[in-house]
Amino acid sequence: MNNPPDISQDPSEHEEYAHNVQKHVKGYLVVGGLLLAFTAITVALSYVDFGTRKANIGVAMLVATLKAGLVGAIFMHLAAEKRLIYRVLIFTGFFVLGLFWLIFLAWYNPIVR
Amino acid sequence: MEIPYTISTRPDTGLWNAKIGIWLFLASEVMLFGGLFSAYVFLRLDAPPGMWPHGLLNVPVGTMNTAILIMSSVTVVLAWAALKMRKYRAYWWYMLATILCGVIFLTVKLVYEWPQKFEHFGGYIKPEALEKYEQYLGNKHTAEKNLPPRLEITGHLHNREALSNPNIKEYEVGLDPVNADPANPAMDRPHFLYVPPTEKIGKIDKADVERATMFLPTHSAYFASYFTITGLHGLHVLAGVLVFIYMWLPVSKKLYQRNPEHLANRVEVAGLFWHFVDLVWIFVFPLFYLL
Repeated sequence: MNNPPDISQDPSEHEEYAHNVQKHVKGYLVVGGLLLAFTAITVALSYVDFGTRKANIGVAMLVATLKAGLVGAIFMHLAAEKRLIYRVLIFTGFFVLGLFWLIFLAWYNPIVR
Repeated sequence: MEIPYTISTRPDTGLWNAKIGIWLFLASEVMLFGGLFSAYVFLRLDAPPGMWPHGLLNVPVGTMNTAILIMSSVTVVLAWAALKMRKYRAYWWYMLATILCGVIFLTVKLVYEWPQKFEHFGGYIKPEALEKYEQYLGNKHTAEKNLPPRLEITGHLHNREALSNPNIKEYEVGLDPVNADPANPAMDRPHFLYVPPTEKIGKIDKADVERATMFLPTHSAYFASYFTITGLHGLHVLAGVLVFIYMWLPVSKKLYQRNPEHLANRVEVAGLFWHFVDLVWIFVFPLFYLL
């Protein structure tokens, strides 16, 4: 889903523009509904036994990541953003993964193993 | 001095300034919360079996707060869209709804959830004394069912002075359902609805207790990370609400009349922050309430 275009400087085009934004509003409401539905699904799935606690955590994190993706892509307009913002976020993602990788190293302990 | 590029795009970045500014800030926020979440993972992986509690928080209340934050994310994006369509009245109402959602979220947290924790007691039993408290812990039952062992007795502390008075030798606890009836298979998994402590009193010798406190950050690694992460998240909600109140007050109308697109961009940037706060909660909720 693309973002509404930047507002036109020409008042005569404004009506068409407002109509465009209106279309996006429907999308936002749908995404809001989806997020609420996924919340209910997360709660319901937490009472289903997937065998191990780890499996349950995995399922819940999968749904949470899906929800986060919806918020990011639609509400935060990341589905269609300028290149510079993607670059900033790629850097951030890299360092955050590094952070969790450190935790993995501490837990797996490859030096002593 | 006029701040440049509030609505027009800066040629070298291709963005108006506040947009790149908020994203740089959010990148630093990702690292801040990333650090705390990785600490959570570290503490949880390191917890011996039975030491990480399951089902201590009130799930319906947490679910409701999650829904409230999601709805506020919708209303703030609708507020922004209303400004883009030059409907100030609609903007005003959507903004008010967003502010109210934020206030309700914080109220639930500060007036209900946290104080309820401060009133709840838990004591970890020393390994050598676990057998003695089998009637409250039901570890034969958990072993049979291949569940993690129960190491803690929780509930409502009737003699609170026992925490500070060394002459009192035991804790009198109105037991939580799981400790009141530990061998009942209904207690194997947490309940969806909150069940308050029972009337059944359990007596725990102080000498048999490794650690006993109210549910405060000092209680366990779980509550330390719970209060740190939800506390920092709550501060973010508070900050967002304050910014939204400023954008909702009559001063915003003046900016709207002078330059509506400038106000729309401000709301978009504040909204980006708000969505991020919502996004953090999307992970906090299952990690602390459900798993």
